[in-house]
Amino acid sequence: MIPLTHFLVLGAILFSISIAGIFLNRKNVIVLLMCIELMLLAVNTNFIAFSHYLGDISGQVFVFFILTVAAAEAAIGLAILVVVFRNRRTINVQDLDEMKG
Amino acid sequence: MTFVQFLFYFFAAIQVLAALRVVTVKNPVHAALFLVLTFVSAACMWILLEAEFLGLLLVLVYVGAVMVLFLFVVMMLDVNIAEMREGFASYMPVALVVAIIMVVEMGMVLTQRIFNVRPPVEKVADVSNTEAIGAVMYTDYVYPFEIAAVILLVAIIAAISLTLRRRPATKYQTPIEQIKVRRNDRVRLVSMKAEKKENGS
Repeated sequence: MIPLTHFLVLGAILFSISIAGIFLNRKNVIVLLMCIELMLLAVNTNFIAFSHYLGDISGQVFVFFILTVAAAEAAIGLAILVVVFRNRRTINVQDLDEMKG
Repeated sequence: MTFVQFLFYFFAAIQVLAALRVVTVKNPVHAALFLVLTFVSAACMWILLEAEFLGLLLVLVYVGAVMVLFLFVVMMLDVNIAEMREGFASYMPVALVVAIIMVVEMGMVLTQRIFNVRPPVEKVADVSNTEAIGAVMYTDYVYPFEIAAVILLVAIIAAISLTLRRRPATKYQTPIEQIKVRRNDRVRLVSMKAEKKENGS
């Protein structure tokens, strides 16, 4: 039988890879969005592993809701990306400095 | 090593390698395709954890809809890849340090004895996984379920209204004008004398 720890460590590794991806691809918004999806996947894996090992179905219901919100977020994020590209002809994060904070 | 253990390590290896490729590959299209591979092997792992409904949902919704949306956008935008890649090597050390520190820290926590949970005893499944989720979702979680539906509706409207644009050069039909039109607007009766036949014809 696979111990619960192995699933959790796999989730931790995936989460760290996507953190590193956000550092590496900080200019490309598309890959940043993909890294966020990867993070949510790692979290979902943890939820399902706990749900299985603790015998509680509620964890899977939460994964369902996370998937819903992630799909909505991806759709709106990509729509914003398309609008930005249409107006600025670039999606380089460094060029999006109109709003000086 | 049992067959289940072999499957677990196999899918875990694919997941980690594909995730590494997602963040390091040059072309965003390839990154999206590697993300699809990650999702598919994650779905296999979820099915290994007896969450069949969510495993299938991940393939259908994520691979089928969200990643196709990503691929559409990536291919639609004319992105300069070389410009996106500058500074990649200079960020590598800090990214590696942060990632390794996070893995080590989480690993130290997660290998504690408190996480050494025995899985519940093998019980004979009397209801399917989908049925069990549905029984909980439509009773205890019916309110969050409706909120999730509203979130999806808002996302649809937001995405459409963000990307919708009217180009002045394009010709549009205006259905309200077409419906409102009456006979008098289009047909005009003219009373005139009959014309004579022209010569030679």
